[in-house]
Amino acid sequence: MKNGALVFLAVFVALGLSWCGFVLAPTRQLGGAKQTTVLNSSDLYPLGRPGEANLGLQVYRANGCAACHTEQVRQTGVACDVVITDAGAKEGAVLAALKRIRAKSLKNEDRIDNLLPNSKVPRMPVWDVSKQVADAAIEALTAAGAKAEIHIVAMGPDIARGWAMRQSVAEDFLYDYPVQPGNLRAGPDLANIGVRDPDANWQLVHLYAPASEVKGSTMPPFRYLFTVRKIGGTPSPDALLFPKGFGPPAGCEVVPKPEAKELAAYLLSLRANVPLYSAPFTP
Amino acid sequence: MTSNEKSFGGAPVFRSSTATEGGSAPASRLVSSLAPPIDRSCGVPLLALFGGAALWLVIGSVLAMIASIKFHAAGFLADCPWLTYGRVQPAADNALLYGFCIPAALGVMLWIFARLSRAPLCLPFVPVVAANLWHLGVLVGLVGILGGDTTGFTWLEFPHGGSVLLFTAFLLIAISATATFGQRRERELFPSHWFLLAALLWFPWIYATGNLFLVAWPVRGVVQAAIDFWFANNLLFVWLGLAGLGTSFYFLPKFAGRRLQSHYLVLFAFWTLILFGTWNGIPAGAPLPAWMPALSAGAGSLTIIPVLAVLAIMWKTLRGSAHSEPAGGPFCFIRFGLAAFVLSSLMLIAMACPQISRVTEFTWFGPAQTQLQFYGFFAMTMFGAIYYLLPSAAGLEWPFPKLARVHFWISMLGILLLVVPLAIGGVVQGLKWADPGVAPVDVAKATLPFLRASTTGLLFLLLGNLLFALNIFGLTLVWKLALLKKVLAIVKAPLETGSASASIRRDKEVKA
Repeated sequence: MKNGALVFLAVFVALGLSWCGFVLAPTRQLGGAKQTTVLNSSDLYPLGRPGEANLGLQVYRANGCAACHTEQVRQTGVACDVVITDAGAKEGAVLAALKRIRAKSLKNEDRIDNLLPNSKVPRMPVWDVSKQVADAAIEALTAAGAKAEIHIVAMGPDIARGWAMRQSVAEDFLYDYPVQPGNLRAGPDLANIGVRDPDANWQLVHLYAPASEVKGSTMPPFRYLFTVRKIGGTPSPDALLFPKGFGPPAGCEVVPKPEAKELAAYLLSLRANVPLYSAPFTP
Repeated sequence: MTSNEKSFGGAPVFRSSTATEGGSAPASRLVSSLAPPIDRSCGVPLLALFGGAALWLVIGSVLAMIASIKFHAAGFLADCPWLTYGRVQPAADNALLYGFCIPAALGVMLWIFARLSRAPLCLPFVPVVAANLWHLGVLVGLVGILGGDTTGFTWLEFPHGGSVLLFTAFLLIAISATATFGQRRERELFPSHWFLLAALLWFPWIYATGNLFLVAWPVRGVVQAAIDFWFANNLLFVWLGLAGLGTSFYFLPKFAGRRLQSHYLVLFAFWTLILFGTWNGIPAGAPLPAWMPALSAGAGSLTIIPVLAVLAIMWKTLRGSAHSEPAGGPFCFIRFGLAAFVLSSLMLIAMACPQISRVTEFTWFGPAQTQLQFYGFFAMTMFGAIYYLLPSAAGLEWPFPKLARVHFWISMLGILLLVVPLAIGGVVQGLKWADPGVAPVDVAKATLPFLRASTTGLLFLLLGNLLFALNIFGLTLVWKLALLKKVLAIVKAPLETGSASASIRRDKEVKA
């Protein structure tokens, strides 16, 4: 390696390749991304967060919430459930068809199902199967005179925890700046916290004193986002409502500062729960 | 191609040829009469770079301790917004990376470039200015993070003011280093040259990309996350790898008393590192188009090649080498650093494997890997290099040489106690998160014993870093006192004769 210029050029190209791959290419592919439509609907997604929630994202950033919380739900794959909506006139034929389907393809036959009203036909006879098996089941059931549909379900531990109905995808972050995906789950994922805990008072009390809402919580309290003050003539309408045994001394109230209200608004705006082409599920 | 050691093994060569300034040195601990002029040309820039680096190292350790204590008591210092966990933790990481690792590496690089060129450092005042700009940038950045002005991007948290200063300072140092490189006496490039030149090129590139695309003119949506993943991997794995291995490969043959084994293996490690290593870092579950994590996982498995090559170089070079250094000296630091590089890279590669990352992603296993990379590999390599080179560059002996050896043992213990509990805790945490039956609060509680154990590791590291800072500050103090004495001597000296003013001019040159 005596030719410095040639070596420099080669190093430049070798390093630059990854720049083209992981900076230039995603910018070209996603940099101009626009809203998309919700699956089987004409609704647009995402709609952008309300103004207060956008300010709350800045509070989230400034206080480093992403040091302990992610906003990305993972899934390992999808599975299909077959749901019978109408057993039709010939119940016997449907039950016979089900017997054949189950004998062929189902391992988990011992699951007890809800029955359809006034019928011996189970509501969801086939579940957690591939698209092919589900399609075959639908075909057989339709032939027997029943009406059935496929429900798509996302799989994986994050989904099983009830954190979300589907994985997080690029669309969820379209209007956020800065995007806060996080890389450590010292606490739970927040991609969908606005659906899981939609009560603003719960969010604020949890921020003020985490252990009052979650026993044994290891989250540090964010008391500096609140003011504790003597209740004057009329109590503040914003004052927090604490669970029994917690809260300020008698005669005092805890009032959120604007930052706390914005942060709570942001948390409530985290609702990545609509089905998309890139992350389908049946609501 | 010759090895470093063949051309530059003999410090005595320099020493015997430099009898200049013989009479002017005061009879203190100043040994300027013995130090080679090439080393001495780096003295002031290195003191400026290392002094600030040592300070940030200690400050970073203190911040990391504060963050860690919050796992013993969540309410600890919680009422001060400046010290909330989400600000202290990134501040501690940034102080370690931008405050210590990079300026220390820049100083070591300048010295290696001067040595390999067999010429004094070019434009030595430029790195002095740059060092001050750099440390000012770190100050601005850390105050920004603690004050809530973080950009919110991992490893790019410093706000505008800080990052512009860092970028300018880096370019200034790169100018001085490149100019010194241009003065080299031999056309041929040494292995250290490749690594360090690539590092000089790569940092401005990735740092500018990160700051321009994420902070100045932000890209839309999740592309921010993609660029941040790319930046973080290229800074933490590739840049630290290039700078750290470039340093190791300079010192390894020197300490082992034989050439690097072998030239072609080093060449191979270099090219595979920059070809494959740069594509790591996009996690399997990221909300990005599927081709990105897939490509990254592929590159992750190929990264095993340069890592194994480094292991082979280390093993073949050190095997049967006749070197005998007392335990705890610079050689131990460098050797430990190389071993830690191999280990932390293997952890990184494991995390790139989708089957493993299902458990380790989003857990403390990641911070364990990062800390092993920072402290185990990079900081240890830099400690070793600085302990070796600063005495001859400053023309002074270490004020507390025994503490340097204590520093080695205490750091090694600290790194083990920090990294091992975090890594095990991360696996436990990952397995618990994978079980939907375990409540989130129970997952968090399950990690607490490991996090609390790692506090002891941080405590040992803090002690070790204090010892390092003590040596650096002590040496700087002695150097400043000697300088002051010299200035006083000049001021007091009679100014009549022409020969006296000539000697003053000469003294001024010595200072510079």
